[in-house]
Amino acid sequence: MPVNMNDFKKQDSTWCPACGNFGIWTALKKALVKLDLGPDQVCFTMGIGCHGHLHNYMKTYAFEGLHGRSLPLGAAIKMVNKDIPVVAFAGDGDCLGEGGNHFVHTIRANHDMTLVLHDNQTYGLTTGQTAPTSLKGYKSKSTPSGVIETPFNPLTLALSSGATFVARAFSQDLSGLSDILVKAISHKGFALVDIFQPCVTFNKVNTYQWFKERVYKLEETDHDTSDKIAALSKALETEKLPIGVFYEEKRPSYEDELPQLEGEPIVNREAGKRDVDSLMEALR
Amino acid sequence: MAQDIQWKIGGEAGFGIMTTGLLFAKACLRGGLNTFNYTEYPSLIRGGHNCMQVRVSDEEIHSQTKQVNILVALNMNGVTRHTEELADGAAIIYDSEDLTLDEKEYEKYDLIGMPWKQIIKDNDLKEVMKNNIALGASLGLLNYDLETLFGVIQDTFGRKGDEVVNANKKAAKAGYDYVQEHYKELCKITLQKTDNEPKMLINGAEAISIGAIAGGLQFYAAYPMTPSSGILHYLAKEGPKVGMVVKHAEDEISVANMAVGAGYAGARSMCGTAGGGFCLMAETVGLAGLTETPVVMFNVMRPGPATGLPTWTGQADIPLVRGAGQDDVTKIILSIGDMQDSFELTWKALNYAEKYQLPVIVMSDKYLTESHIGTAKFDTGSVVVDRGLLLSDEQAAKEEDYKRYKLTDTGISPRAIPGQKGTPFAANSDEHDEYGQSDEEIENAIAQKDKRLKKLEEYKKEMPTVQMFGKDDADLTVITWGSTKMPAREALKWLEKDGINIQIMQIVSIHPFPSEQVSEVISKAKETLIIEGNQTAQMAALIREHTGIELKNKFLRYDGRPFYPEDIVAKVKEMVN
Repeated sequence: MPVNMNDFKKQDSTWCPACGNFGIWTALKKALVKLDLGPDQVCFTMGIGCHGHLHNYMKTYAFEGLHGRSLPLGAAIKMVNKDIPVVAFAGDGDCLGEGGNHFVHTIRANHDMTLVLHDNQTYGLTTGQTAPTSLKGYKSKSTPSGVIETPFNPLTLALSSGATFVARAFSQDLSGLSDILVKAISHKGFALVDIFQPCVTFNKVNTYQWFKERVYKLEETDHDTSDKIAALSKALETEKLPIGVFYEEKRPSYEDELPQLEGEPIVNREAGKRDVDSLMEALR
Repeated sequence: MAQDIQWKIGGEAGFGIMTTGLLFAKACLRGGLNTFNYTEYPSLIRGGHNCMQVRVSDEEIHSQTKQVNILVALNMNGVTRHTEELADGAAIIYDSEDLTLDEKEYEKYDLIGMPWKQIIKDNDLKEVMKNNIALGASLGLLNYDLETLFGVIQDTFGRKGDEVVNANKKAAKAGYDYVQEHYKELCKITLQKTDNEPKMLINGAEAISIGAIAGGLQFYAAYPMTPSSGILHYLAKEGPKVGMVVKHAEDEISVANMAVGAGYAGARSMCGTAGGGFCLMAETVGLAGLTETPVVMFNVMRPGPATGLPTWTGQADIPLVRGAGQDDVTKIILSIGDMQDSFELTWKALNYAEKYQLPVIVMSDKYLTESHIGTAKFDTGSVVVDRGLLLSDEQAAKEEDYKRYKLTDTGISPRAIPGQKGTPFAANSDEHDEYGQSDEEIENAIAQKDKRLKKLEEYKKEMPTVQMFGKDDADLTVITWGSTKMPAREALKWLEKDGINIQIMQIVSIHPFPSEQVSEVISKAKETLIIEGNQTAQMAALIREHTGIELKNKFLRYDGRPFYPEDIVAKVKEMVN
């Protein structure tokens, strides 16, 4: 029986009404239906933040870990089980603040996984402080006079770190987001999907209206997704904000490069007692 | 008369001192002898002073000793830094072209001056082979069988080709012949081979790694940090050959999370670090505890705090490891004391992690992990791989209302892994219900906390508690943990020869604490002495906490150096007499 949206049904959501996460949730289910991946055929990892509650509302294999750590969890799951699609979810503060080091290095390794970055430019679950992606001058509980730092650009950093799939989406654009998620999950190697996801409760600057006035679709331009320099220059735009696939490249994933992963995934092999006599003999 | 000599080589870091020490030990082991190698080096790559000492005996030995019988000094520091350690009549092998040793000052010793450059020139050797000349000279001084060393050279350098092998043999022979020719009268000791089966030369890192491989380890992650890197190096080389993934990740936080991720996904998983790296892993200990994810974590201790003494030894991380993770984390902490423990408790730790679905932390230290001992091959007959209540694909498929955190009598719940049909669940770092759903209700919070703690009661039924050595009616009971077991056992042997009987209690389980066993041993002891490598008697504090017993006699060392049997013997004699 083909997978359908109801297969993922779990508890009702407790996200704020109109939260940007709803769009991600729906688009994600649509993408999995399209890919025919059921709840037991995919593994999610999450950090801590509003995004991290997703597993309570959506039935799949999942691991909600610690703040900032969804990437190392996901990378390891993939290394020992190369057959299961792994999708890591993270918030902007979670992934780019607490877990910034993992962001760069997971990309560099090109682990075969997808990162869904819930980018609302604020801290939601901790009730409204500034985030690494907040615009300069953003006023919040932790920066009442406005944030001094310039915003973190996940796309340019991903591109310069060697990402093999870089995309951005807007959570209100369900079909566009869903298509991008299908491509990202199908991509062999690391795929970043940065998602504009308005926080209706705490971010009064980057609202649905704010994004609607600025986003435009890359697929409607002559952008070449194999051109990294063009991708970088698109990612640096700030007046108007392009969404869609910025860059795509074929490169063996980390898992492809491990000869010991040939054949069955590690977790499907019997973890039995091994003969170590020759190892001990070599020490004589 | 038992043969028992100690050879030492010292010089500038980068001279190949470690390799030379290992070749010397192997040559002795192949002659059916026993060896113990102890090494000291600074946190530098070039320059600074390195040394390695090899104790050789025809009896079973457990540690290095203080007195050196043959000293190979590759520079002046090699002489002056070790003069105090020299036994009367010890030999000093040194470069007589470069160094001038005052005969009066060193009159107690046999000075074996060797014109390295001349020997190199006469035999058409390379400068880098100085160490092999010294090695040959040392064995010449001991009238030892040179062919045995040739065998070791062949096996060590064989892959580099005949030319390298022959050049190294030639260098060793040149040193051997020079000493035999010029210092025949000083070749007083004859190191006799025995008919015993040659033992393997292994350090703690290798013993841990081999234990892990035997025990079915499938994933290892680490970030380089002395003195834990030996495990990473060994597994990175040997692991992939048996299908293991070995990952050098970006930091210890990632390392620990990867190890937990791999454990959750269904692989036998482990990670390793030293105290500083373990500080970064602390949050992940809690994560593994709360999500009931099997993982083994090694903390190979060195003195701190902060960077501390990076290449030295210590036993001072009990509070760190016990306290890792906020609140009461359901975890197991074990401490290993010698090569046998390193092998055995590693494969057992992998089983405990999966049987009880929790983090198992194993504590080692620099002294154990980087010292080499000649030991018989480990008995692998008892090795078993126990995956606990891991569901097979068939079992998982039959589950209808799967509860990953089901409340059971033992607290242990059947475990599914990602990809199995019919059992999708979330491992959740929030407090959760039996399914894994976030749940903050009172009743659930208590039920899940109690469930997790209950697993330790189950584990206690098979927990390795303490190891005892010596006689029950001893005059004194020495209490120790970790690698101090080795010099303590050596001291026990020496004291026995002097008619003093001591008993040793090595505490293996740090958490849960084996209160009953420890109380019983202490209450029956005539007198006690606790020996540990930290400033504040951390184990004594643990004993007081769990048994109410205040130990008054403490022998502590916290200068980065291991205990020596001589010091333990002296301390015991002071107390007993």
